Amino acid sequence: MKENIVIIGGGIAGMEAAKQLLVLGYNPIIIEQEDHLGGHVFQWHKLFPDMTSSHELLNDLSNQIKDANVFLETKVNSLNALGDSYNVILNNGVNIVAKAILIASGFHLFDAAKKEEYGYGVYDHVITNADLEAWFNKRADARIPEHPKAVGFVHCVGSRDLKAGNSQCSKVCCTTAIKQAIEVKEIFPDTEVYCFYMDLRLFGKKYEDFYINAQRDFGVHFIRGRVSEVGETIDNRLQVKAEDTLTGKPLKVTLDLLVLMSGMVCNPRTNELANMVGLDIDDDGFLKSRDNVYSIMESNRPGIFYAGACTGTKTVPETVAEARAAVLSIHRYLTKA
Amino acid sequence: MDFGFSLSKSSTINLDTVDTTLFRKLCEMEPDARICMSCGSCSASCTAAPFSGMSLRKVILAIQRDQDVRPMLSNCMLCGKCTMVCPRGINTRHLILTLYRIYDR
Amino acid sequence: MITEGKQKIWSDYQKEIPDDHWYYVRSCIRQNFFPASEKMFTEITRKVLGKDIYETPHHTTCGGIAYHCDTIPQETVMTIVARQFALMTEAGYENYVPSCITSFGNYCEILETWHEFPELEAKIRENLWKACKREFNKPKYLAHTSDLIYHWRNAIAAKAKHHLVNKETGEPLKIVEHIGCHYAKMFPSKGVGGAEYPYVLAGMIESWGGQVVDYPERRHCCGYGFRQYHVKANRSYSVSNTWKKFESMEPFHPDAIITNCPGCPYFLDRWQYVIAEQTGKTYGKDGYGIPVLTYEELAGIILGYDPWDLGLQLHQVAVEPLLDKIGVEYDPKAKYLGLNKEDIMRPELPKSIKCC
Repeated sequence: MKENIVIIGGGIAGMEAAKQLLVLGYNPIIIEQEDHLGGHVFQWHKLFPDMTSSHELLNDLSNQIKDANVFLETKVNSLNALGDSYNVILNNGVNIVAKAILIASGFHLFDAAKKEEYGYGVYDHVITNADLEAWFNKRADARIPEHPKAVGFVHCVGSRDLKAGNSQCSKVCCTTAIKQAIEVKEIFPDTEVYCFYMDLRLFGKKYEDFYINAQRDFGVHFIRGRVSEVGETIDNRLQVKAEDTLTGKPLKVTLDLLVLMSGMVCNPRTNELANMVGLDIDDDGFLKSRDNVYSIMESNRPGIFYAGACTGTKTVPETVAEARAAVLSIHRYLTKA
Repeated sequence: MDFGFSLSKSSTINLDTVDTTLFRKLCEMEPDARICMSCGSCSASCTAAPFSGMSLRKVILAIQRDQDVRPMLSNCMLCGKCTMVCPRGINTRHLILTLYRIYDR
Repeated sequence: MITEGKQKIWSDYQKEIPDDHWYYVRSCIRQNFFPASEKMFTEITRKVLGKDIYETPHHTTCGGIAYHCDTIPQETVMTIVARQFALMTEAGYENYVPSCITSFGNYCEILETWHEFPELEAKIRENLWKACKREFNKPKYLAHTSDLIYHWRNAIAAKAKHHLVNKETGEPLKIVEHIGCHYAKMFPSKGVGGAEYPYVLAGMIESWGGQVVDYPERRHCCGYGFRQYHVKANRSYSVSNTWKKFESMEPFHPDAIITNCPGCPYFLDRWQYVIAEQTGKTYGKDGYGIPVLTYEELAGIILGYDPWDLGLQLHQVAVEPLLDKIGVEYDPKAKYLGLNKEDIMRPELPKSIKCC
C-alpha cells in the first residue's frame, strides 16, 4: 500500500509537491479550504517575468496530479501526534493517519482597507493588485474606468509597515506593479502611469529588465515617495499626495484609478494549525523554519515539512522549488525511518 | 490692506498641470533620458557639481517637473566623466548637448 | 464614494459615551472667538435635554496652549490637569468633558502617558499635593463636548424647528465638517469615527438633514497651529493652509462649514477676509464667504434660537445667506443689539468680501 502524505493547502506549493510525490510513488492527499485548487495564482492573470499564463500553469499542474486525493472545501479540525505518525481529522469527518505532513498553507493578502488613508472600500476607484489581475481575466469591474487618463500604483501597502504589524518586504509587489503598469499601458497607451515606491526591489532574474522596459518603452513614471493620503475630487477622481523625495518637494496628482500593491502577510489559519501540534511561529507571524539558510522546509517537529509562503514571502518560482525540495526531504525522512 | 504677511505660493509639484513638452521633446531625441534611475553617479563624479550645484540627475528630474534647468546646465564643462560612470549607459554628454539644442530653438 | 465603506470604519471607531452626569470645563479662547457657543452647550444639554452638566468657576486653563507653544514643560501641564481632575473628584463626578479640542488631546495624551509611565503619575500626584493639598481620581470617561452633542444628535433632531435643508429647493444643504487636529490625529481610537473619516460632526449633519461634503483636503489642518499663528512672521503659512482648504472645497459649493475646535472656526472664518483682501477671491455666492459655525451654534440654529442670541453677528463671514436658505427668521435691525437690547456698535465692513 502506498504511504499517505497529507498536504495542507492546495496552492501551487501543494500541487507541485503532490505531483512530485506521485512520481516517487506516494499517495498525496491535498486538503484545500476553497472550492478549487491553485490558491492565489488561481486569481492571477499572468506571472512575471515571462508573462506566463496562470491558468495554463494551473491546468498543466492539475492534469499531472489527477491521481492525487483532493478534498476541496475542507478544513483540518485537528492535527495531533500518534506514535511516529500524525492523526489528521477533517471537518468532513474523514480521518487520515500519515507519517509525513506537508504544510503549504501559503499567505494572506494584506487587507488594504486597514490603510484607511488610501480609502480602499471608501473611494470609488481604489483597487488592489489582486482586483486588477481579476480584471485582466474577466474585464468586469465597475471601479475601473473605460478610458483612464492617469493611473497610479502604490508599492508596499501593508509591507515594510511596522505600524501595520508587518516588517517584511513582500518581495513580489515591486515586480508585479511594474508588470501591471506595463499591462495597463498596453491596454491604455495614452494613459499616464505613475508608480509610487520607497525602494524598487527587483532582485530576480529579468526583473530589472521589466523596470527598464517600463521606463523606456512604456514611459511609466517612477516617483520615489510613499503615498500618504488619498481624497476624492468633485468629478469622482482621486487626489493623491506623496513626497517627491528626489526633488525634496511635496507632490500631488489627480488619478482615475489607484492600485494598491497589497503585500503578503501570514495566514491566520496556519497559526491555528501550528498551535494544534506545537509548531514554532516566527516574529513575523509566519511559520518558523529550523533555520532560514539550509533547512527552510523543515519544522521543529519530525515528520512535518513546509513549502512555499507559509514560512515567509515567496515568488512563484521559489515556491515551486521549495515544494520539490520539501518532497525530497519527506522522501529521505521516510526512507531513513 | 497690508497685514504684514501674505499668502505663500505652494511648493507642491502638481503633476496635473506640469508641462512635460520639453521632456517629451528630449525623449524623442534621447530615448535613454527615460531610463535614468536617479542613482547619482553622474553628480558624484561631476567636475562642476561641488562648485556650482550642477547635477545631471537633478536636471533630468527637474525637466519632468517643468523646472528651468538652464542655470544648472550652464555650469556643465562637457568633460564627459558622467557618461563614463552611468550604469544605465546613458550618453549623458550627448543628452546635455541635445538639451542645449532644444533650448536654442 | 462608497457609503458602506465609511460606515464600516465608523462602526470600528465607536466609543462609550455615558448618557448623563458630566463635569464640564471651558476653553480659554472660545468665549472670545464665538461667545455664545459654550453658553449654548449648557443651555441645550441642561434645558433642552435635561442633562446634569456640572461646572465650577475654580477651573483654569489646561495648559495646552502654553504646552504647544513650548513655553511650559509637560510636568507643569500635567500638574495643572491633575488639579482639574481633583476639582472633578471633589464635585463627585467621574465623566469629564472639555470644550476645547486641544484640551481633549492634552487630556488623552496625559492619561496615556500616565498609563505607560505610572511612576510619572505618582510624581504628579505628589506635585499636586505639595502645591495645593489636593488628590484626584482619573476620569472614568473622557469625551469632547462634540462627542456629547453627537451622542444626543437624534434627541436634538427630534426637537428641531429647522432642518439643514434648502427651503426653496428642498435639497439638503451641503456642509463641510472640519475636525480639530488634536481630536483624533494623535489617538485615532479616541475619536468617534477615527481620524481618517471622523463621524462626530458628519453624524450631526446627517441627523439634522444636511449632506456631508467630503473634499480632497478635508483632513488638512486649518493652519492655525500655535507657534504658527502666534508669531506674526509665521502667519503667511497659517493663512496659506486655510487658502489651500478653500481652493479644494470650492468646486463643491458648500453652504456652510462646521467645526469642533476653538481655533479652526475662527481662522476658517477670519482668513476668508484676508484671502479676499489679498486675492480678491471669495468662496460663497455673489461675493459672500462660506459661513463657518461651531456645532453648538448650528445646534442652536436648528433648535430655533435667535441667531443674534447665538452671537452670529460676531462672525466675519455673513451668516445671513445660510439663515435664509434654512428659512430662519431674524430681525436684521437687531443684529447689533446686545442681550440688553442696547447698541453694541457696528464693525467697519470690508469691500473685498460681502457682509450684511
